[in-house]
Amino acid sequence: MKRSSSSGQSSVPPPILSAGVSRRDFLRGLGTTAVSAAALGSQSLAAGLAQANAEEVRGPAAGPVTLSINGERRTFNLEPRVTLLEALRLNAGLTGSKEACDRATCGACTVLLDGDPVYACTVLAIEAQGAEIETVEGLTKSGGLTRLQQAFVDKDGLQCGFCTPGFVMTLTALLRKNAHPTEAEIRRACAGNLCRCGSQPRIIAAALEAGGTPTAAKANTVRFHDHALA
Amino acid sequence: MPWPKETKYLGKSTPRAEGPAKVSGRAKFTTDVAPAGVLFGAILRSTWAAARIKSIDLTAAQAAPGIKAALLVHNGEYLTRYYGDELAALAGTSRQAVLDALRLIKVDAEPLPFVVKELDAIKPDAAQVFAGRPNQGNNPARDSGRPDDAFAAAAAVVEGSFATQIELHQSMEPHAYAVSFEGDEMTAWASTQGVFAVRDGYARNLGLPQNKVRVICEHMGGGFGAKSSLSIEGELCAKLAQAAGAPVKLVLTRFEESLATGNRPSSFQKLKLAADKDGKLTAFQMDGFGTPGYMASAPNGGGSNGVALPMPYLYRVPNSRVKQSAVAINAGVACAMRAPAHPPAAYGMEGILDDLAVKLALDPVAIRLLNDPSEVRRHELEVGAEKFGWKAKYQKPGSSPGPVKVGIGCASAAWMSGGRGTQAEAQISSDGTVEIRVGTQDLGTGSRTVVQVVAAEMLGIDPALVTARVGDTRYPPSGGSGGSATTASVSPAIFDLCEKAVEELKKTSGLDDPRGANWKAACAKIGATPLAVTGRWRDGLSTGGAGGVQFAEVEVDTETGFVKLRKILAVHDCGTVVNRLTCESQINGGVIMGIGYALYEQRVMDRRSGVLLNPNFETYKLPGIGDIPAIELLLLDMPERGVIGIGEPCTVPTAAAIANAVANALGVRVPSLPITPDKVLAALGQVPDNGDRAAQVRDLEGAFARVAGAERPILLTETPA
Repeated sequence: MKRSSSSGQSSVPPPILSAGVSRRDFLRGLGTTAVSAAALGSQSLAAGLAQANAEEVRGPAAGPVTLSINGERRTFNLEPRVTLLEALRLNAGLTGSKEACDRATCGACTVLLDGDPVYACTVLAIEAQGAEIETVEGLTKSGGLTRLQQAFVDKDGLQCGFCTPGFVMTLTALLRKNAHPTEAEIRRACAGNLCRCGSQPRIIAAALEAGGTPTAAKANTVRFHDHALA
Repeated sequence: MPWPKETKYLGKSTPRAEGPAKVSGRAKFTTDVAPAGVLFGAILRSTWAAARIKSIDLTAAQAAPGIKAALLVHNGEYLTRYYGDELAALAGTSRQAVLDALRLIKVDAEPLPFVVKELDAIKPDAAQVFAGRPNQGNNPARDSGRPDDAFAAAAAVVEGSFATQIELHQSMEPHAYAVSFEGDEMTAWASTQGVFAVRDGYARNLGLPQNKVRVICEHMGGGFGAKSSLSIEGELCAKLAQAAGAPVKLVLTRFEESLATGNRPSSFQKLKLAADKDGKLTAFQMDGFGTPGYMASAPNGGGSNGVALPMPYLYRVPNSRVKQSAVAINAGVACAMRAPAHPPAAYGMEGILDDLAVKLALDPVAIRLLNDPSEVRRHELEVGAEKFGWKAKYQKPGSSPGPVKVGIGCASAAWMSGGRGTQAEAQISSDGTVEIRVGTQDLGTGSRTVVQVVAAEMLGIDPALVTARVGDTRYPPSGGSGGSATTASVSPAIFDLCEKAVEELKKTSGLDDPRGANWKAACAKIGATPLAVTGRWRDGLSTGGAGGVQFAEVEVDTETGFVKLRKILAVHDCGTVVNRLTCESQINGGVIMGIGYALYEQRVMDRRSGVLLNPNFETYKLPGIGDIPAIELLLLDMPERGVIGIGEPCTVPTAAAIANAVANALGVRVPSLPITPDKVLAALGQVPDNGDRAAQVRDLEGAFARVAGAERPILLTETPA
């Protein structure tokens, strides 16, 4: 099956009726281009559907799914409904990506798909075939930390740490595209990641630090007896 | 306090020990644990707000592919009292298999009348959550002094109504358990705030010897009060593992988290406050109620957890009358949530206090300085007001020009903190490394690093030489992590342990002072058998009683009703700061949770269907990274007081300060949390009162009247005079 664009990074829809078009791409094409079914000739619509339906139907039984994870190709026997997150956590044993909402709202499961951050809970494993998948475990090979990860540690950009891998992946993608992001750019990039412990100020500080913008600690201390009461 | 005056690590910033593991995905949370052959557990829940369960047929589910165990929560006929109540549980070889089989369970149920809104539940003809028992309790009023006389003699009296929502904990890691039996030994991995509480819960509920149950929580993804003891899903997980003869993991979904794992109770407060002409408080009256969920009217009287507010909060008012009651509704039960009862108390009391200040033409900071009995907090008010630029910024309510109005507000917090009873053990090896084991747990507050910092300070060594192990009932006991007690209960035990280690090392090494520069040489003489020492909490190193004051600056768009935060200043005291870095992170977190309480978060129940309408993050709104303003921290360092916890006081005053700032901007008060745009516009009279709202006000008047025991309804003042 041809990989479909799951992260929406491509603004150009696949051409309708092109060779090798998948059913999914065909239907997506109808939805994302301004071409309505009514505007197509009924003949060409029927032909398109016939071509799309001719491809192999998968499921509901499990079948082989090959994923390229952190540079390594691995094949798993998965039902088509298994998400990329489940495949990573349960089949590949990579538990760094977390499941906290399972519906694309919190970002704890964020991984990179061909360099773009996506919610792994809302991508099917079969959809991710053919893409380069990067998880938090794959950021360094040696067990060391990237500059961003080290900044998270130094600036205390985490408390419980459950959302942390997601923020790290989102910001890794940002920093690769924009090596010196501003605070506003960091906030925008992390708009899809939630943290309940309230570490956002220090996540921002860590990302600024990793982008070469020095941040000063803002907290002040006052000794009680240094200030006389009025 | 015997803590050292000059310090190298204590009170300084040490990055948390588990940071590298957490940023690289190596840290194993309970949700990540996978014992060999582990099965997936899942729960079938009631889809009725109230129903008589006649029978539940598991036959088809049990026969489904991959299903290894199925069990009922209760046998026979019984009543279920909320949407989300646990009915049955399954374990199977894959998540998909279990989800498929859940659909095969047949439940024969007779739906019953229900009520899911507090203001509906208190009506005389409301469906009764427990048949034959009124939904609303009837507690006697608590009087002190002569409130009626004092109100009559007062120079100024204000009245107002304040309401707060049900708030959900929503820790990022859901409630999660994994249980494995080997012979007569049980191991449970639990996302918990108390490994020993969970162990004892398992022993009690499963009839197991305490010494055969081991509970492990190496890392946990937040709790905020909702993971204090063994919860029903943990018990079901263990029973599934027993039935299947295989390990089972049971992780709740976000949907289940929202329905059934606890919440902060709501509050409806009718307040009346009086002062003399100088602003000194003379009388206080409260009629209040709230819901802790369905258990409030249970025959055992249980479940009014956190509904009663500590009023008139931190102020001493010589004459007061406080009457409060719990109201039962068909919804999930409340439990402790970060500073239980304090944020709603602060919202009400600090709000009515500001309204009184306005009436007396007093500055809000001045009226607090006059009435706050705590010297420390008065100091915080002064230091904070100076740093915030309060005097220059303060304008009369509603006097900010233009459609986008600016306002400032402040509010205070008190918290008992405290903490005791921890024990710890250490092995010190000949290479100078130290391994300290303590059966506390790390909720994300950095308790491992607290152990490291105290040991490094007391032994005069690099924190890197100290490895702290926590989160296991095989380690010496420590209490649950609640009440902001962990740092204050752990630090003294480590202090004690280090003193003993130094004494022992003096003997074995012959050195007068084995600490610091002599450490390596002293340890080299230990030999092949590590030096083992124990320590225990002792008096004189920690205390309770933390406080704080927060200041908020807001912009309110009077055309859209949108509130934008400009700045929060948080001034707090927690005695001896152990690790400044993680202490500050907790204060940031408390403020941000308070922002959610002030502006965004609320559980919404549907009156007609009885279901929870927003059991997910797209409709239950947590503060996002774009919502968070500049947060400035000011720590009042008081090493002479010893160690005090900070986790809860820092979330208490935030919503109250924001609400006061909004009232200052608008010149009218928004009478409930969260302060959403529709409520701002309604308070301004920009949108018409619809029928529902008018009816709600009448309902509320009736409710307060019943609470107060009055014959006629007390008329509510919607906005302060």
